[in-house]
Amino acid sequence: MRTKRSVVGWMSAAIAALAVAGATGMVSAQDTIKVGHYGSMTGKEATFGQSTDNGIKLAVEEFNAAGGFNGRKVEVITYDTKGESSEAGKAVTRLVTSDKVIAVLGEVASTLSLAGGAVCQEKGVPMISPSSTNPAVTRGRDYVFRVCFIDPFQGLVVAKFAHENLKAKKVAVLYDQAQTYSKGLRDEFKKHFTAMGGTISGDEAYSSGDQDFSAQLGKIRSGAPDAIFVPGYYTEAGNIALQARKLGIKVPLLGGDGWDSEQLAKIGGEAIEGCYYSNHYAPDQKGELVEAFVKKYQSKFGATPDGLAALGYDAANILFDAMKRSKSLGGKDLRDAIAATKDFKAVTGTITLDKNRDAQKSAVVVEMKGGKPVYAATVEPTKK
Amino acid sequence: MASAGQIEKPGPTLMGSAAIGWLPTIAIILAAVIIQITIRPMLGDFYAKVLLDIGVNIVLAVSLTMVNGFTGQFSMGHAAFMAVGGYTAATVMYYGSFRLFGEASMAGGVLSSMMSDREGPVPYFTRGDLLFLASTLFGGLVAAGCGYLVGLPSLRLRGDYLAIVTLGFGEIVRVLIQALTTDALYDADEIAATPVYQFPKYIGGALGFSGLPFYNSLFWSLGLAGLTILTAYRIKSSTFGRAFLSIREDEIAAEAMGVNTTRYKVRAFVIAAFFAGMAGALFAHTSGVQLNAGELGFLKSFDIIIMVVLGGLGSISGAAFAAIILTILPELLRQPAFLVHGWIVAVPLIAGGIALRMLAARRRADTSIPKLLIGFGVAVALLAIAAAIARSRDIDLGRYRMIFYALALIVIMIARPQGLLSVREIWERGLWRGLGNWVRSLRRETGEARP
Amino acid sequence: MNEPGRPESPGEGADSHETRHGGRPARVFTGPGVPDPGLFSRVAPLLPHLVASARYHLPPVLELFLQTLLNGLAVGSLYALIALGYTMVYGILKFINFAHSDVFVLGAWVSYEVTRIAGWGGPDHPAPWWAGILVLIIAMFTCAIVGFTIERGAYKPLRRAPRLNVLITAIGVSLLLQNLGQLDFIFGTRPQGMPTLLPDRVLAEIGGHPAVVGPDGVVIANEVAPVLVRLVDVVGSATALLLMFVLDRLVFKTKMGRAMRAVSYNPGTAALMGIPVDRIISITFVIGATLAAAAGFLYSQKYSGLNQPAAPVWVLLGLKAFVAAVVGGIGNIRGAMLGGILIGLLEFFGATYIGPELKDVYVFGLLILVLLFRPGGILGSAAVEKV
Repeated sequence: MRTKRSVVGWMSAAIAALAVAGATGMVSAQDTIKVGHYGSMTGKEATFGQSTDNGIKLAVEEFNAAGGFNGRKVEVITYDTKGESSEAGKAVTRLVTSDKVIAVLGEVASTLSLAGGAVCQEKGVPMISPSSTNPAVTRGRDYVFRVCFIDPFQGLVVAKFAHENLKAKKVAVLYDQAQTYSKGLRDEFKKHFTAMGGTISGDEAYSSGDQDFSAQLGKIRSGAPDAIFVPGYYTEAGNIALQARKLGIKVPLLGGDGWDSEQLAKIGGEAIEGCYYSNHYAPDQKGELVEAFVKKYQSKFGATPDGLAALGYDAANILFDAMKRSKSLGGKDLRDAIAATKDFKAVTGTITLDKNRDAQKSAVVVEMKGGKPVYAATVEPTKK
Repeated sequence: MASAGQIEKPGPTLMGSAAIGWLPTIAIILAAVIIQITIRPMLGDFYAKVLLDIGVNIVLAVSLTMVNGFTGQFSMGHAAFMAVGGYTAATVMYYGSFRLFGEASMAGGVLSSMMSDREGPVPYFTRGDLLFLASTLFGGLVAAGCGYLVGLPSLRLRGDYLAIVTLGFGEIVRVLIQALTTDALYDADEIAATPVYQFPKYIGGALGFSGLPFYNSLFWSLGLAGLTILTAYRIKSSTFGRAFLSIREDEIAAEAMGVNTTRYKVRAFVIAAFFAGMAGALFAHTSGVQLNAGELGFLKSFDIIIMVVLGGLGSISGAAFAAIILTILPELLRQPAFLVHGWIVAVPLIAGGIALRMLAARRRADTSIPKLLIGFGVAVALLAIAAAIARSRDIDLGRYRMIFYALALIVIMIARPQGLLSVREIWERGLWRGLGNWVRSLRRETGEARP
Repeated sequence: MNEPGRPESPGEGADSHETRHGGRPARVFTGPGVPDPGLFSRVAPLLPHLVASARYHLPPVLELFLQTLLNGLAVGSLYALIALGYTMVYGILKFINFAHSDVFVLGAWVSYEVTRIAGWGGPDHPAPWWAGILVLIIAMFTCAIVGFTIERGAYKPLRRAPRLNVLITAIGVSLLLQNLGQLDFIFGTRPQGMPTLLPDRVLAEIGGHPAVVGPDGVVIANEVAPVLVRLVDVVGSATALLLMFVLDRLVFKTKMGRAMRAVSYNPGTAALMGIPVDRIISITFVIGATLAAAAGFLYSQKYSGLNQPAAPVWVLLGLKAFVAAVVGGIGNIRGAMLGGILIGLLEFFGATYIGPELKDVYVFGLLILVLLFRPGGILGSAAVEKV
């Protein structure tokens, strides 16, 4: 009998211990303001999440060093999404309902931002996506914002650049059919470039992760274009550049912000030299804000910040700016304050959030020179 | 035969008397309603979401058990049926809502609501719920149809071929959805003007199907999980299930005994696909899920297989149990700060285990239960130590969680190849009876304390 | 196709790799970042004279066909190398070694790391001629050790367990390798560019024509670049074929090969005959891992943008190699070679002539067709289990 009781005793002790552990886990500093970040810290898009996280951390550090929010410090809780949307949904649910964050920053990939945005909208917590460029992300969701431009604008930027700066008449397109981002850029580019009087001499597709593009490039080559628009990500862009050069194609390649990574030059080597892509900012751009940001980032992380880091930094700063203007830190007030953001001087340009909660701002086009992106041109948004 | 021990036990048959036959089904639905109405408001939203995921994962794991566990075949494309069912149901639900109600936003009643703060009186069951039920069933049927097409040719052959064909089927489904479809329509006028047969083209492509209403709730998820377990249990304990298990144990002998092995294998496969399709339908309408084919590839199938094997091949409760553990575990690992407190659990477990072990050894009783306690305690302690080291060194343990996961998988497979429960069910192991026997054995050996 | 006034005789074309397209320097085509290969720089200039004594002028239809054929063969031979590992393990242990594709990835990444540490690549640091061979050997050796460890640590304890368990363990090992590789101090999460270590230069160029400019300065026809046969592809395929040949000899002509075949046929009887079954199994794993490493190195030479170790593309590559093994007849070594090349050709011809969107669908579609009509694979015998 005694033994039986002791088993029960141990069990109840264990349960009690679990409860205690749970309780102590819950108790944490009450005086900080919690902000959530969800991003792909591991998985196939790990570099995206890590860059963004670095940018956010830098902004938070600065904000806290400058006194924080009325003396209260901001704390960022970062959850990994592994680059999967169902993980993103879970992470955001946890941030919003368990950790009680006042706002959420993230994701880079549009599919994941859509998953997280649905939760934020449902729970009434504002979310700022640093770099999801698909138009659907903010559509019909009044709690979801973004600080980057959207795909249609980027397609226009590249078309304008190809037409006006490169004086290209014929451009071929090689896009990633498994990425909505890539498809969207291709559609917009085709629309604008043909409207400007250019012709599309080839329109070929590949799938993310493809390594061989010789079939597509072979067809593009026979169209003899003046430039090739490759609206994909940097890994494929680097490979495409190498293979295009091997096939004897010498015309410049054009890309979008998916190219933005220091790995682009490492993969593409000399093949990528003289190619252009549109981006949110260029590290060598003139301007007080950009220079200060690049310097601080380099001293903290030992690397030149890419566009995602800059956008993460801007997203956090726009949130802090809105917090100061907001009547309270409640979801509704904060949302209204963020929506009222106007002419905010950010690293990636002067940001005004429009009625679709998208950022109205300029884009830059950079050229790859000596393994580095070098500022080439700025394209302003057209006033409607 | 592993299942020999339960043959004498007369289980309910598929064709049992009507009253007894329907009673458990009604009980499960009632229980799901009660959970949704009473327990859901008490839970925090996050815990409710985890519970919701557990329900869907149980459906997936238990349905795969019918193929991989009961018949010993090896399907590696279970997520593909989930995708087929999910996309089918989502298409019906999304465009159906637009055509019938004029918008796709959530129009469900209390039973479908995952939100804890809805305003005003909400009906229990609405037209929206009815549509959701219909589209879920339809999704399941379409998935079952695909299961028939895939299963018929490959199940004639040995198990490995099914593995490869299902893997290939999964890839084909993914590529077709990603490459051949485009973004979902969202303009009501445009949808009204689009002919019905064109809707399957607008299911989201690579971006995923956005704008789906979130109907999935604890009622649907746990209700379906309960019904899946019930179906699986009834199949297992019917003549039908005997045939399945005989195929698993020895296909040639089963054929010699007059079992049409191909037909039975196809049946098991189609039933499993049906439930996976319905699970996909629920998954598609879950808050925070962006239905997208890229994530329902072979990696997701592997996740489900791991649940089945961890639980013990052929054990329904084992699969369900593994589904629960594997849904909670990644969330625990997400925040290592919490794990540091694991020693509070580990120390009593190890100490108690050692004490009981010594007691049992002295009385020459079975030592497996104390060993289990110690093993569990050591595992928790190791996790806590890792978390503590990570915290003191400022290492982000979250980045290592997949490594722990992989290592745990290998170690479990080597240390306990039969899975947690092997083919038996949790109730068949007579946990309480076993515990009682064990305690009694402690006493019997010494011959004391007997009243 | 032929531009006016251009000599077509083979004799004239012999030096065309120096003066192609109206005298532009040949260096343009040696590709950027290609080191000057020491020994090969002396031998290689002779090669074009031997292999291609002319620029062939072909109608574009044939040009596209030829390009596709060359690429299909080059990639197909790599699929074959990977497929061998799958088929050998399946032949002996009757399970799909899911970790095999990760060993292949390891081979590619070890090659990159060695090259990076040695500081080769780039115009300032040309790789010596033996660099490729050295890197290949180091990659093969590392993967052999890893393959051995995996077999002894994860698979050997499960010899008597159900096959499904071994399969799950293989998935576990695969996940482990992927996630270890992602750690910052191992390979990291960033894709990298692999320098070309094998000698590279244009062996032959086929078709194409320069821009045709009319008398008034208007471009009548744009320049079309020719199909290029590159040394790096030839060397890669040749290495793959050589390794396959060596393996074939090893399995069918040596005592150890006979032991491997015996174990594959019936491990129990083989043990009774005095064959050390465990050692043979380990050797099989090591050979498979070595071949995968070689494939990884050659792959990194053909496609120098290396995806990060956990990228799904690697798993898909491994799956296709496995499909190749099944199509050829699983457990059959020559079948794996045939299947690999077949899959490579199918993928490239499908991509060129039907459309690259459904590349994967062709491969898995072929798999289902083969299983329907010839379940044992092309060279295999239909496996119907009898008592």
